Amino acid sequence: MRLELQKRAGASTLFSILSPFIALVLTLVAGAIMFVILGKPPFASLYSYFIEPLFLKFDMGPIFSDFSFEGIVPNGWSLEQILVKATPLALIAVGLAVCFRSGNWNIGAEGQYLIGGMFGAMIPVLFNDWNSPLTLPLVLIMGMLGGALYGFIPAILKSRFGTNEILTSLMLVYVAQQLVDWIVRGPWRDPKGMGFPGTKSFNESAVLPSLWQHADAHYGAVIAVVAAIAVWFMLAKTSKGFEITVLGQSPRAGRFAGFSAKNMTVFAFLFSGAMAGLAGISEVSGSVEKLDDKLSLGYGFTAIIVAFLGRLNPLGIVAAALVLALSYIGGEAAQISLGVSDRAARVFQGLLLFFVLACDTLIHYRVRLVAAVEAVA
Amino acid sequence: MDVWISIILSICAASTPLLLAATGELVVERSGVLNLGVEGMMIMGAVAGFATAQVTGNPYLGALVAMGAGALFSLLFAFLTLTLVANQVATGLALTILGIGLSGMIGEGFVGRPGIRMEALDIPILTDLPIIGKLIFGQDLIFYISIALVFGVYWFLFKTRAGLTLRSVGDNHTSAHALGINVIKVRYLAVLFGGACAGLAGAHLSLVYVPQWVEGMTAGRGWIALALVVFASWRPGRVLVGAYLFGTVTIGQFHAQAIGIAIPAQFLTSLPYIATIVVLVLIARNRRMTMLNTPASLGQSFVPDR
Repeated sequence: MRLELQKRAGASTLFSILSPFIALVLTLVAGAIMFVILGKPPFASLYSYFIEPLFLKFDMGPIFSDFSFEGIVPNGWSLEQILVKATPLALIAVGLAVCFRSGNWNIGAEGQYLIGGMFGAMIPVLFNDWNSPLTLPLVLIMGMLGGALYGFIPAILKSRFGTNEILTSLMLVYVAQQLVDWIVRGPWRDPKGMGFPGTKSFNESAVLPSLWQHADAHYGAVIAVVAAIAVWFMLAKTSKGFEITVLGQSPRAGRFAGFSAKNMTVFAFLFSGAMAGLAGISEVSGSVEKLDDKLSLGYGFTAIIVAFLGRLNPLGIVAAALVLALSYIGGEAAQISLGVSDRAARVFQGLLLFFVLACDTLIHYRVRLVAAVEAVA
Repeated sequence: MDVWISIILSICAASTPLLLAATGELVVERSGVLNLGVEGMMIMGAVAGFATAQVTGNPYLGALVAMGAGALFSLLFAFLTLTLVANQVATGLALTILGIGLSGMIGEGFVGRPGIRMEALDIPILTDLPIIGKLIFGQDLIFYISIALVFGVYWFLFKTRAGLTLRSVGDNHTSAHALGINVIKVRYLAVLFGGACAGLAGAHLSLVYVPQWVEGMTAGRGWIALALVVFASWRPGRVLVGAYLFGTVTIGQFHAQAIGIAIPAQFLTSLPYIATIVVLVLIARNRRMTMLNTPASLGQSFVPDR
């Protein structure tokens, strides 16, 4: 028995919609098997991973958050927390979708996210007393600028020298981690911070407001949705979107159409860098309200999975970001209720990407099982 | 003098995992497959090797299991990219993400346990020779394997018929297929070999270099190994030079930190990564050499027609 692929005449519309869902189901099956191996009840485990967080303390999230439940109930597993985690994932992945579609492999979004957070923190850290309605917009713009500049490095190296952007963008992640680590322990450390690495807390005008009173969820979520719609529009309805698609699918055809692959590389990296930077500063200014050494949580890598699960479609990405955010929150919940390692969440995420890529084969090929008898060709 | 010998020994230890992983990946890429999952296979090897050594008390068995783990893990990549023709770049990334997660989960119980070190050779008389004794006759087994591997791979690729077949698959899979070569089978074998090498590289980290299990302990070495293959323009001898160059930068950076040079430690830590970027730029500028040596089918999927 062996697998044989038969090219379809055209891409299958059915499977291009179904494939992410098939991948999700297969991931759950693989997860159940994993839990059996770990000696945990598979269905109860999956339930506490993926279903429980949807309802658990849902009532207490938005409605009762005015009561001070902190300290009694870990305020961690409600839908609101999913929103908090999904925000940076969606922002980064929407940028990556543009980049990947254009045939540029930016896998250093984590670095651009960090530098975005650092650049954005510059104003609130250095001019802590500056209170103005302009502060927040400027902080966000600085974040985007930082991410874009950091994304510009692999882009210019690729377009000028032909350097492999996969490797350079990834190497820059490690450099960014060290740079942020240095700045929060060195020059920007809050002298009153009891020796903990981290800057002064931002003043109010530099903080991205909460969605409702005392909420952890902040306006970054709104920005992410708006950005996703805008990018969807750009990709689907504008000539820039057409250029991106053509250059991504066939650089040769793009050249005949007069598009420049080099300029596209720079555009794609600047754009995805800016989006990652925006994610970084919205996390810093919306969630943490200062820059510290715990900003690098791997969102930049998880966003790659989000981008593929969303089939590089900005609207699909918003849904995919919620799914991946759920796996983070579920991981924390399952650790407490079942004693499953919270690393299991990462395993789920890795498996999911595998299955998404495998299922994408169904879009372009028919897969058949062939008995190995026909030896003579 | 002793100081210098110990510095050279530590350079060898830092270079060996890079050399192993890069040599394995070189064979994979020569067959036309770009496996970006080196980091993931390496860390799976590291955790498998460490766990086996802990359970059995035998680091050599650990290294063997690490090779098996790396190869088994690479099989996932091979199935997706070769059988299901999935995108190689994305699948390689998936392998790395999964490897880092899975190794973290497997290794959770081993964090902080004292490691079992693979002892260095100690041959009476020879190891006691002045200067060269320790360098040539006093290192761990994996070091010798890594050096032998480079020469072995060179011989295989350029002096044997099987090596010629592998290179032809990497340079033009359509022609190779027309000649009756089983392209997919050759690539499967190459990917498995690369996986085993990356696994052994990981075992060297967790059984010789550090010897402990630390989550994410590969710290980008798999990616540096990938860069080394480009740096070496797909030639085994140059991989050897490149790996030792990077080993030297890494160790030099440690010593600079230890001496207490007035540069923040974080900048010194990022040196190997910055050096990788610089080297990639310098190599890419020499387009003729790159064009001449890059396997022409690198990264392209192949679906055999019947």
